Amino acid sequence: MVATDKPAYRVVGTRPIRPDGTDKVTGRAAFGADIKLEGMLYGAILRSPHAHARVRRIDTSKAEALPGVFAVATNADFPRVESGSLNIGEGTANPVWLIDNLLAGEKVLYHGHAVAAVAAVDQHVAEDALQLIDVEYEVLPAVVDVREAMLDTAPILHDDLRTAVRAAGVPAAPDRPTNIALHMRLEKGDLEAGFADADVVIEREYETSMFHQGYIEPQNGSAWWDQDDNITIWTSVQGSFNTRDQLAAVLKVDPSRIKVVPMEIGGGFGGKNPIYLEPVAAILSRKSKRPVKMWMSRDAVFLATGPTSATYSRVKIGAKRDGTFTAASAYLAFEAGAYPGSPVGAGAQCAFAPYSIPNQTVDGFDVVVNGPKTAAYRAPGAPAAAYAVEATINELAEMLQMDPMDVRLKNASREGTTNAVGAPWPTIGAEAVMQAVKNHPHYTSELQGEDVGRGVALGFWFNGGMESSGTASVQADGRVSLILGTVDIGGSRASMAMQLAEVLGLTMDDVNPHVVDSDSVGYNATTGGSRVTFQGGWVMHDLGMAIRQQMQARAAAMWDVSPDDVEYHDGYIAGPNEVSGTPRRLSFKEMAAKLPATGGLITVSATSRRNTQGPAFAGHIVDLKVDRETGKVQILRYTAVQDVGTAIHPSYVEGQIQGGAVQGIGMALSEEYVYDDQGHLRNASFLDYRMPVANDLPMIDVQMVEVPNPGHPFGVRGVGEVPIVPPQAAIRNALKDAIGVNFYRTPVSPRVILDELLPKD
Amino acid sequence: MTMTNTFVLHAIINGEEREFLADQRDSLLEALRERAGIRGPKEGCNNGNCGACSVLLDGRLVNSCLVMAAEVEGAEITTVEGIATPEGLDPIQQAFLEEAALQCGICTPGFIVATRALLEENPHPTEEEARFWLAGNLCRCTGYDKIIRAVLKAADQKGS
Amino acid sequence: MQALKYARASSVDEAVQLLRDGGPTARVLAGGTDVIVLARERRRKIELFVDVKHIDELNSLSYDPSAGLTVGAATPLYRVYGDADVVRHYPAIAESAHVIGGTAIQGRASLGGNLANSSPAADSIPAQIALSGTVTIAGPGGRRQVAIADFCTGPGQNVLQPGEILVSLHFPHPAAHSGQAWERFIPRNEMDIAVTNACTYLVLNGDTVTDARIVIGAVAPTALLVADAAKALIGKPLTEETIKAAGEASKAAARPIDDMRGSIKQRKHLSAVLTERTIRRAAERARG
Repeated sequence: MVATDKPAYRVVGTRPIRPDGTDKVTGRAAFGADIKLEGMLYGAILRSPHAHARVRRIDTSKAEALPGVFAVATNADFPRVESGSLNIGEGTANPVWLIDNLLAGEKVLYHGHAVAAVAAVDQHVAEDALQLIDVEYEVLPAVVDVREAMLDTAPILHDDLRTAVRAAGVPAAPDRPTNIALHMRLEKGDLEAGFADADVVIEREYETSMFHQGYIEPQNGSAWWDQDDNITIWTSVQGSFNTRDQLAAVLKVDPSRIKVVPMEIGGGFGGKNPIYLEPVAAILSRKSKRPVKMWMSRDAVFLATGPTSATYSRVKIGAKRDGTFTAASAYLAFEAGAYPGSPVGAGAQCAFAPYSIPNQTVDGFDVVVNGPKTAAYRAPGAPAAAYAVEATINELAEMLQMDPMDVRLKNASREGTTNAVGAPWPTIGAEAVMQAVKNHPHYTSELQGEDVGRGVALGFWFNGGMESSGTASVQADGRVSLILGTVDIGGSRASMAMQLAEVLGLTMDDVNPHVVDSDSVGYNATTGGSRVTFQGGWVMHDLGMAIRQQMQARAAAMWDVSPDDVEYHDGYIAGPNEVSGTPRRLSFKEMAAKLPATGGLITVSATSRRNTQGPAFAGHIVDLKVDRETGKVQILRYTAVQDVGTAIHPSYVEGQIQGGAVQGIGMALSEEYVYDDQGHLRNASFLDYRMPVANDLPMIDVQMVEVPNPGHPFGVRGVGEVPIVPPQAAIRNALKDAIGVNFYRTPVSPRVILDELLPKD
Repeated sequence: MTMTNTFVLHAIINGEEREFLADQRDSLLEALRERAGIRGPKEGCNNGNCGACSVLLDGRLVNSCLVMAAEVEGAEITTVEGIATPEGLDPIQQAFLEEAALQCGICTPGFIVATRALLEENPHPTEEEARFWLAGNLCRCTGYDKIIRAVLKAADQKGS
Repeated sequence: MQALKYARASSVDEAVQLLRDGGPTARVLAGGTDVIVLARERRRKIELFVDVKHIDELNSLSYDPSAGLTVGAATPLYRVYGDADVVRHYPAIAESAHVIGGTAIQGRASLGGNLANSSPAADSIPAQIALSGTVTIAGPGGRRQVAIADFCTGPGQNVLQPGEILVSLHFPHPAAHSGQAWERFIPRNEMDIAVTNACTYLVLNGDTVTDARIVIGAVAPTALLVADAAKALIGKPLTEETIKAAGEASKAAARPIDDMRGSIKQRKHLSAVLTERTIRRAAERARG
């Protein structure tokens, strides 16, 4: 760890066993699909075999007649809603499109699009019933490639879609159907002058595939619509509250009528912000008057939940001989899937973030295609944008005959330089991370062997803030019950309990965290964007300080001294000495025991919406070896350097970084959506969507750089997103070093490598 | 089309003799989860590619999604719920906790059962052997680093 | 899962009877790692599973130096690659069995199942053919033996007649001074279907190859015994040139398809690479 002026913490920075750990290693933890309700039915969904078709007719009568079937639902069972914009966690959506995505309306827009649903006595009968539903389709031509979808001649998905232009100086789009939902532009400085000033200019094109979050737990959702028209939902989602709000919008029910019970969640990575099954289960429950449980098959997860955008991009950078960047531009076209809403805006802001470039333009396009609606995926938009930029910088470094880290350091963003929208950076660790990469023993070591190569790349993510709430109650035995509303995907019960313990001078085990339903705690935004430990930390700070203040006041009253004379320090409440000279001093536990008799136990609540989240930078170093005969790549050594602000629980911070890096390795080498030309997904399985397995990888070394976030009581920056950003470019750059070939698309699978190495046909 | 296909299944599950109604169409995974109330084994893919449903069937590691419930009549089944003893956690479970070898926890039951099978067959695996044995268990959160460390630590502790 | 019933056979005769009575929608269930998925995804109509792995003869493994190796058709793979005699005398079988699926798959899947499933990319079939395996089939008309090289007739297709089941696979003892090796190429290091696989069996007399059988898989509707590859070696001293020639012969024989798992160009190229690699390793083993 790079030491900075970090305060001496007692709990923060230690590695206790997480509070929910035992339940998770013994099988007791209840995930969404583990729910069992009295009289529960099983739901199943019929999906479109076509990528684009008009739904002429759906005949569900045979399915309804099947013994054991209690209800059948189609799009017609949803209320008619107004077009608009609804917060869905990490992004927004139009409720009309949300409904059409839950169960298709007039058209199916992708292979696997949900068409109808049934609820039956068990899962086998539910599946039998699906076979009996008759759907008449009029198959339409499909388009699955972003650049083809942008052509005037492309099949149109939505007749009413027009291009929204958010780019200064660009004329409004013509009033005719298009697949381009948005053209946005970020600009600063004078691009032409910047390029004119350059000694070298490089321009390259790139493509990235569609990648899936690949969480091991399929989406699930269970619903009970009771006789009083209250709806209870049990589900594994990233945000209970945004799930509730999405349900309210698509069912046209008041949010207060809906209670979302967050079950343990088996991974999300952004993909469990949108909802897929919960409203359908609710409708089936309303119709059948029984609770209904649903979960997705793995192929449905690949077909019909939101992966991240496939992209096409073009990056141009101008530089002086000494490596100083004078200008840069990027063109980013992102697939949104069947409905608008790709993360191109975030990608545009992240593309050049590590670098201070005075003249800069980024054009972004959000384009609908006949694929599943994309969703947030870990640093949404950033990996594709950074891949293109970091690959180009490496080629530029070669042209300038400079070390790739020296070029980056020469242009590093630092406090006060401006970002893509012209705003000055606060205290950031971009330069510290670059320096740490350059000085890392991995980077300075000699690389030996044939066909081996080393690559580096940088990455950036904003980290979000949004809103968190919590409640803490001091019990008479001296422990603190902590009520949370943020779903715990990877250890946030621990990071919350540790921060509250730190404020109160207790141990983590003195805090007893619970994640509760949406009726039992204040509003909490989604678990995502690497915001939970940040904003939750503020809530813990506020709760802890409120408890301290109340305990000080109680002690002051008990001692009959002024509250101003009572201090709270390291878990002790101390007042002025008694006249006899005896110190007045009580431990937290001793004071807690006195609470019932001095006015009752203490319960405090807090909500925080601080907007002071710290941006995070990461730099990755990879060594790899290529088998020239087969095109196979073996990762030999991998080091991830990252500014983590302050690591609350370093083990889980390392785990986030390692996991993010490995997802990026998958993107770089083996993962991809494979569509045929009719838009059928050919690899909707873990067998053929190749996520890295245990023996594909070495240990992933982590170097945490700690540049505390001045906008947080413990200096927390989010850590989960940014590690997925650098790997694609780092590996691509290492491949160039190993075999002398520059690749311009990911994944670089063995087949792609062989194509380059074998003689051309 | 819909057949009443239920039968009474007898099996020793986590050391306890159990009998319960199952359907001839049920996989072992479905029967455990939906009929017997044993929900430690998870459905991640339902076709043998993720290992989240790993159980021991007569001591042998299998994917319970690729076993028909009717096949296990009279068999002995160990799920993650059967790994700890009344005295406490198994060293494998303890090592997973200490090494922070889980994030979301959905793959953890499968990894723990698969690790139990590994250490019974090979009490002192190398890192490479552990990675090979566990290649059928997918984890998307950790990048496997901490899982492999936990497995090797558990092996050390079991051996000593 | 489609509506089906389960029956456990306790003898070969009972299994044959159940299959015959069940008609075309009755299927043998051994390890189940392929057929349960087929049934669940409704890719075949299956109304009856006939579980054959409790029949002793189908769940056996025996070796002796004169008779060779006999493996029950349903004997799980872990017992095959875990057997010291198999590892010593039939390393190509052990190598292929050890990487089919993951560990959990190997607790159930069998050589017989891999053969009966008759996938063009089946991992153990090239080894079964290269080692001159034969398979014993039982059916309504009694028992018959078929050379494994003649067993598969196309993707998912083979010579099994209605009511027939695989009983056991037999491999003769390898010749003195022989060597064998199996390899595959997959994009990951485990849990993939072979893009191409290959197996070489050869016999050396000094430096000269006196016999060879080279098989490549996933490059044609069935695994290919490449006579030209063997011819390139037999009767000649083993040199880089003869090895290359054998590789080229495999490449010429391969007639793969383009699909998402591999391209024609890639598979033809890999046919040569894996042929050469397995020849080298087989020769090393032959030299002991």
